[in-house]
Amino acid sequence: MKQDKIIRVILMTVACTAILGLVVIAVFIFKEGMPIIVRLGGREFFLSADWDPKAGRFGIRSMILGSLMVTGGAMVIGVTFSLGLAVVLTEFSPPLLTRILKPVIELLAGIPSVVYGFVGVVTLVPLIQNHLGGPGLSVLAASIVLGIMVLPTVTSISVDALHAVPRAYREGSIALGATRWQTVHMVLFKAARSGIVAAVILGMGRAIGETMAVIMVSGNTLAAPRGLLEPVRTLTANIALEMGYASGDHRQALFATGVTLFAFIMILNTIALTVSRRQGQGVRAT
Amino acid sequence: MNNLSVRILVLGTLIAVLSAVGGCRREEGGGTINAVGSTSLQPFAELLAQEYEKKNPGWKVDVQGGGSTAGLQAVTDGLAQIGMCSRELTPDEAAKFTPIVIARDGLAIVVNPDNPVRELKIDQIRGLFSGRIRSWKDVGGKDEPVRIITREESSGTRDCFVHLVMGKEKISREALVQESSGAVKELIKGNPAAIGYISLGLVGRELKALIVDGEAPTAANVLAGKYKLARPLLFVTKGEPSPPAKKFIDFVLLPESQKTLEAEGLIRAR
Repeated sequence: MKQDKIIRVILMTVACTAILGLVVIAVFIFKEGMPIIVRLGGREFFLSADWDPKAGRFGIRSMILGSLMVTGGAMVIGVTFSLGLAVVLTEFSPPLLTRILKPVIELLAGIPSVVYGFVGVVTLVPLIQNHLGGPGLSVLAASIVLGIMVLPTVTSISVDALHAVPRAYREGSIALGATRWQTVHMVLFKAARSGIVAAVILGMGRAIGETMAVIMVSGNTLAAPRGLLEPVRTLTANIALEMGYASGDHRQALFATGVTLFAFIMILNTIALTVSRRQGQGVRAT
Repeated sequence: MNNLSVRILVLGTLIAVLSAVGGCRREEGGGTINAVGSTSLQPFAELLAQEYEKKNPGWKVDVQGGGSTAGLQAVTDGLAQIGMCSRELTPDEAAKFTPIVIARDGLAIVVNPDNPVRELKIDQIRGLFSGRIRSWKDVGGKDEPVRIITREESSGTRDCFVHLVMGKEKISREALVQESSGAVKELIKGNPAAIGYISLGLVGRELKALIVDGEAPTAANVLAGKYKLARPLLFVTKGEPSPPAKKFIDFVLLPESQKTLEAEGLIRAR
């Protein structure tokens, strides 16, 4: 009994440390970043595209736009492949293939991002430059690299969602004369929709937060991108590129960039949480 | 088994005691020398510091970055004996500090070997990097849009480039920003319309370094003061250097240390 109590206290402390970590990070980022947003005004900081720290001008519009474009592109690529993979893994794949595919996809999650970036620079960038034009370092390159990077997250959560669909749904659909594919896209996708949405949003969080690989393949220009083949700077890249030497207002502006990212990710995670919670209720109710 | 472990233990103790004794004997008045300043000088200073520590046991050379100006500030405040500075001192600073040139660094303007342009004037380079000159045609090349490649703002090389070439003008917002000289080289190697700048010692054979204002980018031309895109790398002290600092500075100026610096891509002090 006594031992039980001690262990409980220890585990509770450990659990609370995680929360404490988040609180400390949040408080710190906001404390450092908010003053400059307030001083410059949200309009100036978020809507101006003029980022010139030496002249004291901090506008992150092109970076926000850059992050959104790169993340959007990554999701188009990542979600298409992930959903395909998830369907194959749950519905169509023979057991042997599943046994190979699953660990391979999980392995993708373990590759360090700098390796993705390096492979991107060495193979993808010249390909784009030679065949599609532009400098190669581009929104497209970053989207493809990130699309591959979010693959494991989105796939495994979608697989869980598809597995969670009650067996009776499949059997009912087949019994009504639907083919396998009809069952997948008319019944399973609908039933697992909220789980899949949660998967996509979590993948989005990963894509928007990725830094190293993006810095390496995106070109990091200050000008806002005008097309998919143009270079781009994301919010994360902006922080990582300049944090090393920034001081004073510049440093605060980088923290404010962090606040922006934090807000983006909080919003995405909240949506993911609410959606996946609704799924739980939905399945039980039907 | 037991016997063996006892033997290892004894041997280990012996080695430890002997090396401690040896260490003591060689140590005559050790201490720490602090060098603070330019991040572009930092790796070279660290290299020399290691060699100095090897040759002078008991002495420790502590090298820290922070930037040229921060280094000078540290010397003023007495936090460092040596300030590392990778630019010329301003007249104000020159009145306050004693600079010693420990090496020189040349800046090469590099393009892809397929680019027909061989030579540029400094104001043409400024025009290219500021975005005023948009096509290679305007400086005697093919009719191709110029792709500018620059370094991130914390880079000492960028600082040097802005100082020597850009002056008051700004590097174009369209410029690609790369985090290392290696990445800059890689990009230029693959893009015939690209232009960038790297340290002279890093050019290698795959890129073409341009002739600037009629002078070829060679170590000899930098030493002779003909090639304009060069900067001195300085060790700065307040007044006369303290004896330990003086000893380290003398060590850096020794022919063999200078050779080490040359091997790392710098140009010797004189």
